Amino acid sequence: MTGKGGTGKTTVAAALALALAAGGRKVLLVEVEGRQGIAQVFDLPPLPYEERKIAVAPGGGDVHALAIDPEEAMLEYLEMFYGLKRMGKALTKMGVVDFATTIAPGLRDVLVTGKTSEAVRRRDRTGKRVYDTVVMDAPPTGRVTRFLNVTQEVAGLARVGPVRTHADMVRGVVASPETAVHFVTLLEEMPVQETLDGVAELRAAKLPVGGIFVNMVRAVDPTLAGPFDLAELAMGVKAAGLGDDGNAAVIAEALAGEVVEQQRRAELERTERDALETAGVPRYELPLLADGADLAGLYELAEAIRTQGAA
Amino acid sequence: MTSPELDLDGIIDDSGTRIVVCCGSGGVGKTTTAAALGLRAAERGRNVVVLTVDPARRLAQSMGLTSLDNTPRKVAGADGELFAMMLDMKRTFDEIIEAHADPERARQILTNPFYQSLSSSFSGTQEYMAMEKLGQLRRSGEWDLIIVDTPPSRSALDFLDAPERLGRFLDGKLIRLLMAPAKAGGRSAFKILNAGFGLVAGVLTKVLGAQVLKDIQTFVSALDAVFGGFRQRAEQTYKLLQAPGTAFIVVATPERDAMREASYFVERLAEERMPLAGLVINRVHRSPAPDLSAARSTAAAEDLESRGEHELTAAVLRLHAGRMQLAAREHREQEQFASAHPTVPVTRVPAMSQDVHDLDGLREIGELLAKR
Repeated sequence: MTGKGGTGKTTVAAALALALAAGGRKVLLVEVEGRQGIAQVFDLPPLPYEERKIAVAPGGGDVHALAIDPEEAMLEYLEMFYGLKRMGKALTKMGVVDFATTIAPGLRDVLVTGKTSEAVRRRDRTGKRVYDTVVMDAPPTGRVTRFLNVTQEVAGLARVGPVRTHADMVRGVVASPETAVHFVTLLEEMPVQETLDGVAELRAAKLPVGGIFVNMVRAVDPTLAGPFDLAELAMGVKAAGLGDDGNAAVIAEALAGEVVEQQRRAELERTERDALETAGVPRYELPLLADGADLAGLYELAEAIRTQGAA
Repeated sequence: MTSPELDLDGIIDDSGTRIVVCCGSGGVGKTTTAAALGLRAAERGRNVVVLTVDPARRLAQSMGLTSLDNTPRKVAGADGELFAMMLDMKRTFDEIIEAHADPERARQILTNPFYQSLSSSFSGTQEYMAMEKLGQLRRSGEWDLIIVDTPPSRSALDFLDAPERLGRFLDGKLIRLLMAPAKAGGRSAFKILNAGFGLVAGVLTKVLGAQVLKDIQTFVSALDAVFGGFRQRAEQTYKLLQAPGTAFIVVATPERDAMREASYFVERLAEERMPLAGLVINRVHRSPAPDLSAARSTAAAEDLESRGEHELTAAVLRLHAGRMQLAAREHREQEQFASAHPTVPVTRVPAMSQDVHDLDGLREIGELLAKR
């Protein structure tokens, strides 16, 4: 799940995880940028580098969460593939871990996408996948293609060798038909433009584009479309006991200002919807939550995702 | 709890203000705020350059920036001295190398695969290069006010950590290990090192592969000459940010996440002893009928609906109630910030129905920013 900053990417990723887990499935929700966004969305204390159950989906089903820390992921990687657990401390002290996770280009991304791919591929003793789905709260639209295009990222760095092998494994997971990269956007010019650019970039990199989740959509009452009678509104204001002969017209005029503004916005939103249409991918719409994205709101969004068939 | 008002005109009119840094989480209108402030400052008589890192296309066009060429360009149509530039991080990095290494060494570095990857990767490099460019613009002395928007980082605070992280890397034992082969004059490096180093080198070879390690070693030893100056300048820029001539402006929207990030940033700036000017809250929703509350509006709409009268008025009242509810929620977020940071001055910009497309749009935002 990607999206421009401010579009509610983490919230939508969390709602999608809940929707996918509904009815008894098991979903892992992963965050990769060290922001503790999942903990904030679910109103939990900061998450450690450890998979743990954080929510129960409607009709049973579990959402687990993991906040990937690149340093920990690197130490785990060394241990898993090279049996080098004891080396971790020495490497940290020497700045190798610092170097690999913050300064060395691409390595950081390979480590976090690598950890995610491992969770995707993990199987239990019976050979069944441990997680039905893994939802990643990925970096923002502007950086997501580079982030997911791991082979390209390390291409200049490692043409052969273990890093390259690892990157190729990750690429296999990311580019598989089982993966979908979804976008979150608002019906505003900049996020829509970024979404369209992002879709084009992903396609150029031959990565699988999923759907577009239009977030914070305000319901439009058809009664309010088109021109309307200010005098009729003033009479209504009076009838509702909100004004008298003296001020009903003034109140009506102020309220009419809101209607005009909302009509203008609806018009712009139509233009942006048309623009999104050109991407040629499924579009889902999520309502603006009156009380903000609290826990109840998450379940409301999950429901909207399910009824629209996105999960 | 009400926050004091942020006097932005007072800040940009003060000739002692030399740098304004706009920071905040992604998507809150940092770049727009920086551009609008730049235009306003220029039109009030300052000689201004706006350094922007990753502007949305339309916004760049509104300032007449069409190409990413790493050079300040005069903004046509501004009534004053306004220059704007987009950061090209690879160019900035290349220029540092070219300026500080002899031609042969520069060539070695610029063609090194590890360098090419490092200089175009976003993880960290953008922060260093934004700091570097800011330092360059300041040292050039060509502008008396530099306005910069910070990179759209993972965390909005990354750019503050960049010089320290670089320093930690350069002081670390790793770099000495990596440079050892060059200094040992071609002999197998790891033999002359102690056992601890040898062990680590072995691990690096195993994990990264011999080729990658060799590229990194070549890169690091070639870069040796450049590093010292680079680091020194990063530290200078850091000190510059702490100087009284700098004003940090935290930008947010009245949403929970953005305000939380803003709070965090305010605290972090205080910790680093960076001079905070105040908070800009963008996209604040207001109502032209603020005296009619959401509750009263909803009740009246229900009343009309139950009587089956004035369908239009009922719909308008529902719309208004939604608007007031949103305004109330935004107000609560602002109150929370104000009670946690009662001394931080705040200015607000109302939500607009359209994005900014031209200088007139920026000018209007500038008016709203400065309005007290």
